[in-house]
Amino acid sequence: MANNNETVGFQEKMEKNVWMFLFFLALALSVGGLVEIVPLFLMDDTYEHNKAPELVWQRQAGQTLADHKPGDGMRPYTALELAGRDIYQREGCYLCHSQMIRPFRDEKERYGHYSLASESMYDHPFQWGSKRTGPDFARLGGKYSDDWHRKHLRAPRSVVPESVMPNYPWFQENSVEGVDMEIRFSVMRLMGVPYTDEDISSANAELAGKSEEDAMVAYLQVLGTMAKLDDSKAYRE
Amino acid sequence: MDAVAEQKYNYAVVRWFTVMAVVYLVVGTLAGTYIASELAWPFLNFDIPYLTFGRLRPLHTNAVIFAFGGCALMATSYYSVQRTCGVRLWSDKLGWFVFWGWNLVIVAAVITLPLGITQAKEYAELEWPIDLLIAVVWLAYTFNFIMTLATRKSSHIYVSNWFFLGMMVMITYLHVVNSMAIPVSLFKSYSLFAGVQDAMIQWWWGHNAVGFYLTAGFLGIMYYFVPKQAGRPVYSYRLSVIHFWALMFGYVWLGAHHLQYTALPDWTGSLGAAVSIAMIIPSWGGAVNGMMTLSGAWDKLRTDYVLRFLIVSLAFYAMSTFEGPIMSIKTVNALSHYTDWTVGHVHSGALGWVAMVAIGAIYHMMTRTFHTEMWSTKLINAHFWTATIGTVVYVVAMWVSGIMQGLMWRAYDEYGTLAYTFAESVEAMHPYYAMRAIGGMIFVTGAVLMLINVLMTVRKAASEGSIRAASTAAVSA
Repeated sequence: MANNNETVGFQEKMEKNVWMFLFFLALALSVGGLVEIVPLFLMDDTYEHNKAPELVWQRQAGQTLADHKPGDGMRPYTALELAGRDIYQREGCYLCHSQMIRPFRDEKERYGHYSLASESMYDHPFQWGSKRTGPDFARLGGKYSDDWHRKHLRAPRSVVPESVMPNYPWFQENSVEGVDMEIRFSVMRLMGVPYTDEDISSANAELAGKSEEDAMVAYLQVLGTMAKLDDSKAYRE
Repeated sequence: MDAVAEQKYNYAVVRWFTVMAVVYLVVGTLAGTYIASELAWPFLNFDIPYLTFGRLRPLHTNAVIFAFGGCALMATSYYSVQRTCGVRLWSDKLGWFVFWGWNLVIVAAVITLPLGITQAKEYAELEWPIDLLIAVVWLAYTFNFIMTLATRKSSHIYVSNWFFLGMMVMITYLHVVNSMAIPVSLFKSYSLFAGVQDAMIQWWWGHNAVGFYLTAGFLGIMYYFVPKQAGRPVYSYRLSVIHFWALMFGYVWLGAHHLQYTALPDWTGSLGAAVSIAMIIPSWGGAVNGMMTLSGAWDKLRTDYVLRFLIVSLAFYAMSTFEGPIMSIKTVNALSHYTDWTVGHVHSGALGWVAMVAIGAIYHMMTRTFHTEMWSTKLINAHFWTATIGTVVYVVAMWVSGIMQGLMWRAYDEYGTLAYTFAESVEAMHPYYAMRAIGGMIFVTGAVLMLINVLMTVRKAASEGSIRAASTAAVSA
């Protein structure tokens, strides 16, 4: 090539040496991910509760998960709720329902206060979703009665005629009793979710006599109810 | 008949990957059409757990991305790396290991996903034992490719191989990091990351599965097969260098644009959007580079159906890589996010670009590696039109429904209250969901025509004994 400047020379060298090419390629490919991901683990303002500690439940010694009242702040899921959450994932609910309210007027009126990062701090994996074929669930808890949810899960079109959701009649028939929640709680604790020894040892007993439907309803009803958000407060810039 | 190539290169593994890619194209698009129909006519869920939308949707995405896309990438990369390097695949055994290993992954996916065994992260649903198998097979695939490059006879590494290499390295990063999880049993694990960090890592994976697997990998296909089919060199070498490095460096940043206005810190989403907009330039550079390769030979489009697939794919590539950055702009994203517009965008890329360029390459490889003409040229032409029309119907339906959803959700009536309930927006989508399903059916019809054509060509080659003839013919060294 006539115009053989330095950069072309460098490119030419790489094209002749696969190991050199590989090295610079691996380097170029790692920058974006490092810049965008690593700071999220290090920066305080990733989570709002670093400035607003009331968002997280301050559990006193000896308290069980049952001592938590709605609004006390974020806490780990109970065994029944987590069992429900696992079913929620198994059925792929996250493919049609988001759990992430954006800070817009219409979303506030339709779903409630915008979602905070702290509200999914114990969510392994996150369930924000990417599509709303159905409505958002971030603040679903308490909006409908348990009975409504049961009817709706069994036959959505019996309560919402326009719905395109599948029926889930097997939820009421399947038991969650056999699920080993002790292991699931222990793994969660290993990853930093603050379960106590008592939480773990009583986890399996909590599922006695419960169906998948009970678990799903427990999960759906707790969504968005753990922390109480203050409308007058700016949690994020 | 190219006896020299047949004896010099490993074409057998390429043939198997090629045919399986076509099989999975039919399977994956059929699953997609079925779930699209479920949204239009929910009775199709039949109250059977294994058939519900939520369980079949991961099957659809995994089948088209990893089964069809994977086999197409493995066929084309192993074919073109041998031909551009002038050497046989470094290890035949490793090549076959990759073929059987990858198909085992696919079989495992087909069994586990309808059973609801999932990690619940989009496009990374497969549970940890399958993830481990994927990692082993992927590294074997990559290692064999790199070693083939290392033993090449040509002095320079050809541009298509850069793109394949970029995909291999990046997918290794992504798969390893995003799949990190702690098992609670053989069929269940929890993601190591939580909440906002899990979300960022997931969409770093999610967008780069698109950016590297479905874009860089398929650009590798474009850079080899467009010049080959057109019989002309790539339009501009310099443009390919710029296209390559800008894409490699830039694409990695885009994932954050999936999380705008969410609880992800604002700087991350804005950074993702800024780089997204900048990516129009290298993307269009690449599209122009591919299309201009035809300059002076446009008349070939009149007679060469395979070339039509390749060129239309570039048109869709240009359109999708324009649409994507537009959708990452915050004000547009506020409307488009959570709606069918995203689904439409993905499919204009997946059907229009990824599938079309792969289909063109597969027809090209069929005749070269089976040493015979396609069974029916008319059928290729019919496939071209069904694929194009199906894609357009699908994408238009999703544009309309997506924008409508976004507008209905934020509409206010004269009293300043929300004009529509959510259920009303669902009802309004029905005609478009039906139209989308029909677009999908048209596309699947084309895929079935292709499968028939491919299988008949395999049969024809067998009855002619063309492969045996090529592999035993005396060639002068």
